[in-house]
Amino acid sequence: MTRYRVAVHIVPRKGILDPQGRTVADALHALGFGAVHDVHVGRHLVLELDGDTEAAASASVRTMCDKLLANPVTEDYEIAGVTVA
Amino acid sequence: MKFGIVTFPGSNCDDDAYFAVTDALGAQAVRLWHKDHDLQGVDVVVLPGGFSYGDYLRAGAIARFSPIMREVIEHARRGAPVLGICNGFQIACEAHLLPGALLRNASLRFVSDMVTLRVENAATRFTNRYAPGQHLRIPVAHGDGRFTIDATGLQRLQDNGQVVFRYVDASGRFTEDANPNAAMDHIAGIINEGGNVLGMMPHPERAVDALLGSNDGLALFESMLATVAA
Repeated sequence: MTRYRVAVHIVPRKGILDPQGRTVADALHALGFGAVHDVHVGRHLVLELDGDTEAAASASVRTMCDKLLANPVTEDYEIAGVTVA
Repeated sequence: MKFGIVTFPGSNCDDDAYFAVTDALGAQAVRLWHKDHDLQGVDVVVLPGGFSYGDYLRAGAIARFSPIMREVIEHARRGAPVLGICNGFQIACEAHLLPGALLRNASLRFVSDMVTLRVENAATRFTNRYAPGQHLRIPVAHGDGRFTIDATGLQRLQDNGQVVFRYVDASGRFTEDANPNAAMDHIAGIINEGGNVLGMMPHPERAVDALLGSNDGLALFESMLATVAA
């Protein structure tokens, strides 16, 4: 068993109204960052867990996302990184 | 006929629901604790409003795994009635008792206001004391009430008459201002396909006496009393 640190990005699914993202985009435009097309505000979670391999730790976090961490109706998630803790 | 009102850590409308049932409706109610696994033989489960588990992660996401929810889900699977109000609606969606999700109000503001609802389906066991198309004055108080669902799911709700309440203005129009959270299709409340789980963002338990500004919510409880006891 190794202790891994797994980072997950959870973002609103594309096409779902994201008022927070839109408000941030508007603010960036007001600051002159005209190159910004779109902003999505989500959550970043960092989990520390034991696993046999990096792949096993990552798979376990995916299961957690499906069950609790992300809402399958409105959110997408991706494993942003797995490192040895 | 017995109502059970669940209290989660962070529920804050459990007392309102309890008194709506006992004082206003004159029916029997018991309080159910989230850590218990016992529904105490209740006929109807009420998942009340509030901020269970501080709305951490997503509103209702953690409460959905509270010990008592195992029994609540079994109760619903048996076809027995569950009423989810506000946070209770969010919990019911997270528990997959109802389709869709409740997202942050498009205004990004908490909204606490009296709204007008139109009864879109008066043939449910929760709404049979209303007339189809009747307007109700019921308060809302939420930050995450924007009902959202994919296109297929929305079509299914519409086709099956599962949209029970919609937000309208005083003249019955679907104006932007009348929709307090920018919910899809002005949806304020839906019922599951089995017709035994109702979720709604507005608070009927806070509209059961003229002293509260409206008693339009009382008939919802009377409807349940009439059909479940029958």
